[in-house]
Amino acid sequence: MRVRGELKQYMVYGRHTPSATESNPPIFKMNIFANDKCSAKSRFWYHLRSLKKIKKAHGEILMCKLVGEKKPTVVKTYGVWLRYVSRSGIHNMYREYRELTAAKAVTSCYRDMGARHRARPSSIQIIRVKQVEDDKVRRPNIKQFMKPNVRFPLPHRVNHKLYVPRFSTKRPQTKF
Amino acid sequence: MVKLDTYKLYDRVVEVGRVVFIAYGPDRGKLAVIVDIIDQNRALIDGPASGVVRKEIGYKAINLTRFKLPIQKGICTKALKKVWAREKMEEKWAGTAWAKKLDSRQKREAMSDFDRFKVLKAKQARTRLINEEFNKLKASADSSKTSKKSKKAKK
Repeated sequence: MRVRGELKQYMVYGRHTPSATESNPPIFKMNIFANDKCSAKSRFWYHLRSLKKIKKAHGEILMCKLVGEKKPTVVKTYGVWLRYVSRSGIHNMYREYRELTAAKAVTSCYRDMGARHRARPSSIQIIRVKQVEDDKVRRPNIKQFMKPNVRFPLPHRVNHKLYVPRFSTKRPQTKF
Repeated sequence: MVKLDTYKLYDRVVEVGRVVFIAYGPDRGKLAVIVDIIDQNRALIDGPASGVVRKEIGYKAINLTRFKLPIQKGICTKALKKVWAREKMEEKWAGTAWAKKLDSRQKREAMSDFDRFKVLKAKQARTRLINEEFNKLKASADSSKTSKKSKKAKK
C-alpha cells in the first residue's frame, strides 16, 4: 500500500465464489481508502482474508465504486480509528481531523502518522472513519477551531520567493 | 501585571468574514472571503463575485486585507454574494492603495515599446515644468536672502 497524492474513497463488494455446497454465499462490503480501483480491490482482499476465511483465489468482486462526499464544501470533524505496527509492537489509535471530505481526513492521517510516529502506510490499517458530532469531539486542538469566534493573527510571514535574489538592501516585511 | 491584548497589535486577523487576496495558485490575484476556519494551516474560502469556487486554501497562499464582511460561519454562496454587493466590496477594494498599485503594474505590463516612449517624453515634460517653477522659487529665495544679508551688514 502506498499513499500517492490524495486518496479516494471506494466501496468494495465481494464474496466467496458460489459453489455446489454454497450456492448463495454472503456478500461483504468494505469502505476502502486507496489511490485507485486496483489497490482498493487488493486492499479489500487483504482485509477480508484476515477477517473471514476467504481468499482472492476463491472469491469474486461484485462491485467497486467510487464514493463521493455528500457535502464537500462544509468543514467537518472526522474521527479515524486505526491499528498500526510500530518498531516495538501493535497499537490501536483514535485520531481526529478537521477536513472537507473523509478521503482527505484519511490522507492527512497517513501523513500525520508518518510525521509523528514514522509509521509507513504499509503498517497502518484504517479500521473506521466516521464524522464526529461537535459535542463528541475529544481532541483539544480540534475543539479550539470549532469555537464560534475563532480569530488569530498570522504573526511572522516570511515570503519565500523563488527566482528572486537572496540578498537585498531592503528589510523584508513579515507582518501585514 | 498589564494584560496585553495580542489581537490589538494586529489589525488583520484570520477570522470568518475576513476578505483575502489570493497570492498564489490558479485563482491568483482574485479576492475571496474566509467562510470557515479548518485548522491552523487552512481555511475555507469563497469568492462568488470574483469567480473563486468554494475551496480550502492554506494561509501561505493568501494575503489578508483590512476588510471584514459581517457574515455567519459557513454562509452559503448565494447569501455571501448578496452581502458582498451590499457592502460594496468591489468599490472599497478599488479605492485601496494596494489595488491601485496592482492596477498600475498591470497597465505597465500591457504597454508597448512606443507607449513606454510616450511615458518617457511625458515624464521629461513634467520634470521640465517642475524644474522651471523650482528655479524661479529658488531665485526669489536667494535674492531675499542676499537682501537680508546686506541689511545686516549696513547695521
